[in-house]
Amino acid sequence: MALAKRIIPCLDCDKGRVVKGVNFVDIRDAGDPVEVAKRYCEEGADEITFLDITASHEDRETTVDTVRAIAGQVFIPLTVGGGIRKLEDIRTMLNAGADKVAINTAAVSNPEFVREAAARFGSQCTVVAVDAKQVSSKDESLKWEIFTHGGRNSTGLDAIDWVKRMVDCGAGEILLTSMDRDGTKIGFDLALNKTVSQAVQVPIIASGGVGNLEHLAEGVLVGEADAVLAASIFHFREYSIEEAKKHMASQGIEIRL
Amino acid sequence: MNKVAVIDYGMGNLHSVAKAVEHVGCELGEATEVHVTPDPKIIAAADRVIFPGVGAIRDCMAEIKRLNVGHIVGEAMKTKPVLAICVGMQALMEHSEENDGVNCLGFMKGKVKYFGDNLIDENSQRLKVPHMGWNEVRQTQQHPLWRDVPDNSRFYFVHSYYVKADDSEKITGTTNYGTEIVATLAADNIFATQFHPEKSQTVGLTMLRNFLQWGGQD
Repeated sequence: MALAKRIIPCLDCDKGRVVKGVNFVDIRDAGDPVEVAKRYCEEGADEITFLDITASHEDRETTVDTVRAIAGQVFIPLTVGGGIRKLEDIRTMLNAGADKVAINTAAVSNPEFVREAAARFGSQCTVVAVDAKQVSSKDESLKWEIFTHGGRNSTGLDAIDWVKRMVDCGAGEILLTSMDRDGTKIGFDLALNKTVSQAVQVPIIASGGVGNLEHLAEGVLVGEADAVLAASIFHFREYSIEEAKKHMASQGIEIRL
Repeated sequence: MNKVAVIDYGMGNLHSVAKAVEHVGCELGEATEVHVTPDPKIIAAADRVIFPGVGAIRDCMAEIKRLNVGHIVGEAMKTKPVLAICVGMQALMEHSEENDGVNCLGFMKGKVKYFGDNLIDENSQRLKVPHMGWNEVRQTQQHPLWRDVPDNSRFYFVHSYYVKADDSEKITGTTNYGTEIVATLAADNIFATQFHPEKSQTVGLTMLRNFLQWGGQD
């Protein structure tokens, strides 16, 4: 009897459509988010993460409508990220039916925002999304830094120190994306994930780089992740969530089947 | 017409639970009206009451006191089925360790305790806090809300504090996370869950459906 490791499909959405991750040059349409979310839920997804990559403010309304539509049909936890900058944004998303919000850039520009969010809405709904890139060279000991804007902007913040600080501010969970691996399909940055997971007490969601089912299992077994997130392998039906779960269970991982 | 009131005292996301209840009401093919409200009159007129809660206990209890929610829940419990969820269940107890200690409603005997910073499982593996995700619930007593829910089904939990109930005969379900914890409690017209049925997919919706059909007591 134990807590199950979670599999979380991620929907990157632009103007109301699921697209392949932000770092892909060739953005392919992967369908209607409500239909995709329903399919994942039926296949046994443990949660759904919805990342809004819509650039313009005007299209924000579409996002809220989409979140509302998903929440009306999918009865598993729903996390919404992308453009969460004010307490009002959090309230809007929770009112639309989200259970958690993922805060990324706004945490870097104002760490106190995370404290306010956790104090107002609770740590259970405050996820901090962290984009980390390795900055150490081959002969140095491993070191990662926080980047924003899809990995383009360096912040000078050490990833491990930053995650600890976010947890002190009240983050209830960390969504950890390796910018080196995102979109590569060569697997998670396991060293990054393991280091972060051991540094803090809250659950870690590993993200960035999943290309096959073995990568998901490694994320838990080697990277010590509490949950694994993937997008493209599920969107284009390379694998179903069910297959992913069966594979992880066959590796001795506690899974909700 | 089945009228369900979800008590809104400003703490957290009540839309998930309202949507889930509407969904199961629709599946049952019976007219179900869900009101998310702090209004004592609407709550008094409802057939069933849901007492949710998320976030920190001090803020929850402050709002509960300010809006006289304790009295509203106490009155509802006398005459109709009440479902308390997560911090809603914790608020029913006598006292919580959270926020340096907060007195709660005291409708159920027992305390709310912290998991601890060095929680480990039986194999000495470190356990993260909050307890977040899907864990198995052992049904320790029969109850109408367990109908069609297989024993040891997984439900979605998210919490850092857990209930330690004094009356073991009120415990209807347990789960294990470093220690055995109360997953559900029941007494007379009230059923309380530490997990979120509204987020627990099929098994959670089955429980909500059972709640809509439960007449109270057991």
